[in-house]
Amino acid sequence: MNLTNYIRERLQQKQILLMTHVVVGYPSLDDNWTMLEMMQQSGVDLVELQMPFTEPSADGPLFVKANQQALKNGIRRDDYFEFMRKATAAFDFKILMMGYYNPVFVMGHHEFCRELHKNESCGFILPDLPVEEFGDLFEYSRQYELSPILVCAPTNTPERLRQVLAHGSGFLYCAARKGVTGTKTTLDQSQDGFISRCREISDLPLALGFGLSEAADIQQLHGKVEIAIVGSALLHSWQENGPQGYQHHLAGLAESCA
Amino acid sequence: MLKELFEFDRPGYYGPYGGTFIPEILKTTLDELVLAFQEAQADPSFWRQYVDVMQSYSCRPTPVTPLENLTKLLGGAKIYCKREDLNHTGAHKANNVMGQGLLVKRMGKPRVIAETGAGQHGVATATMAARFGLECTVYMGEVDVERQRPNVFWMEQLGAEVIPVTDGTATLKDAINQANRDWAATMESTHYVLGTVCGPHPFPQMVSYFQSIIGQESYEQMKKITGRLPDHIYACVGGGSNASGIFLPFLDAQQVELVGVEAGGKGIDSGLHAARLQGGTPGVAQGYKTYFLQDDEGQMIETHSVAAGLDYIGVGPILSYLHDQKRVRFESAVDEEVIDAAKLLIRKEGIIPALESSHALAAVIREAPKMKQDEIILVNLSGRGDKDIFNIAEAIGDEKWNQFLKKKVENL
Ligand SMILES: Cc1ncc(COP(=O)(O)O)c(C=O)c1O
Repeated sequence: MNLTNYIRERLQQKQILLMTHVVVGYPSLDDNWTMLEMMQQSGVDLVELQMPFTEPSADGPLFVKANQQALKNGIRRDDYFEFMRKATAAFDFKILMMGYYNPVFVMGHHEFCRELHKNESCGFILPDLPVEEFGDLFEYSRQYELSPILVCAPTNTPERLRQVLAHGSGFLYCAARKGVTGTKTTLDQSQDGFISRCREISDLPLALGFGLSEAADIQQLHGKVEIAIVGSALLHSWQENGPQGYQHHLAGLAESCA
Repeated sequence: MLKELFEFDRPGYYGPYGGTFIPEILKTTLDELVLAFQEAQADPSFWRQYVDVMQSYSCRPTPVTPLENLTKLLGGAKIYCKREDLNHTGAHKANNVMGQGLLVKRMGKPRVIAETGAGQHGVATATMAARFGLECTVYMGEVDVERQRPNVFWMEQLGAEVIPVTDGTATLKDAINQANRDWAATMESTHYVLGTVCGPHPFPQMVSYFQSIIGQESYEQMKKITGRLPDHIYACVGGGSNASGIFLPFLDAQQVELVGVEAGGKGIDSGLHAARLQGGTPGVAQGYKTYFLQDDEGQMIETHSVAAGLDYIGVGPILSYLHDQKRVRFESAVDEEVIDAAKLLIRKEGIIPALESSHALAAVIREAPKMKQDEIILVNLSGRGDKDIFNIAEAIGDEKWNQFLKKKVENL
């Protein structure tokens, strides 16, 4: 099923969908698997698997460390594609590949899309690749039935938003604020303006992320966007409170989506 | 060739290299910077103001010095050097920061941030910030903080906040990542003074523009001193700003051979080097497309050089293009011959070169003896070596210096 339709269908049963995040190989592939099992239990709708990269320049300290440690743990390309294969076979949620562009550039656009298709990913997010640099990534995405997810930012001019959104597919990833991942975001009216600007231009479902952490954050987004994205905050729970803390946190987030 | 270089179909591209690969959050800021730079470029008073500032504050025009003793010793081509070491703060970095500082004044931003490897660019930025009354934060890899403590001391005295970066390899590339993270949150009040001809558009073009003052002066000076243009120009290549600066004004003079010298570290075969144009492959990172030292899956690999300022994974996209076009020949020099080159220049000419600049000298020392005596070499002496006193003393193994350090420590 096409990603947008999947999102619309899931929205029949809940107020808002939940998208979560895993840096493949951190803390370990086994821990990642446990995280995914808990996501399945909690009814998470979408998961991004991050390919670790040596230069995670848009990430905050927690994900920087996660990228670095995953690479130290020996995670290579075969590992993250293999992990994706197993995950798409085992779980109900849709899975996207996420990461920095260089590993994709070096691998080649065609090869990347073919691998994603083979391993049943539904699309990808490359936050350091601006829309005008996608080139034949759009063509290969169509060929392999992938949704390239585009990111837009509150600092975008209306003209730029239109340019980005014209190429959108699946859903739109709206970065809630300036800065990098991992810093807590206080939701206020500033996001509302940004969200309605996106809404005016595009019919795609909107996902809001960057610094969301608690159930209360998600509740505030009901009726505003279709998807809430929680990344660093969950990893933080795992580090502070272990698997149990992680599960508890997830359950709370999932509940607030109902 | 020079004119066409900045007129590719896609702005900020040089052949297949360059571009703007940044998270969407910074798009508007970079667009504004492109515009501010274009307006400044189109305003004839801006370049005049820049030249005035460089004259009154940074000793420009820097002289061209004939290296007569070295020439005699090597017995080949006649060697001249462009004295960027005589800039205020001791390196060509002053050109770029004062230029960007004037632009920051035009844009009206109160704060600047910078990355630094050797610390030269950090010191230069802190100096500019002090002079122009700007707030200043400098990101510096922890490894470099250790290698270049004297520069950290001066940056702090100049009022800058120096933040050591411990991520990754804790060197220049990691400092750039951290500066980008800062900028993604603070761009409304902050300009990122990138220190070399790398990063997203317009940085490669803008930094080349300011640094081209080196080549413009050299062009006139060489004609005046020798009656003609040099046959060969040598420059060391870290990110590539001093090389671009001296090369570009000579680009259309096809008879002038341009030679870039990268860090050979412990030897190309050892894997411990920073010779991107010899051991690298095209990639996209830190905002631009160029040759990077990376593995076959696009992960950046560790680099090494005795000179912190050359110890970097990428190289300016303009130089990558000129490499492919074979307009610039690239060589490398290993740590050992670099130290020897520095020692030789100190002893024979009474000039103390930075270890970065000594890479260019090392290549000259290797190649000049094979040239005819009527050939002329111009080498860019990008910086002075005072900052390297700890490293050079260690490499030389000067016992008296070691005793001095021990005494100092004992007396603390
Ligand atoms: C004296 C000196 N020369 C050269 C470099 C290398 O930079 P670039 O290649 O941009 O000139 C540095 C960098 O810190 C430097 O301090």
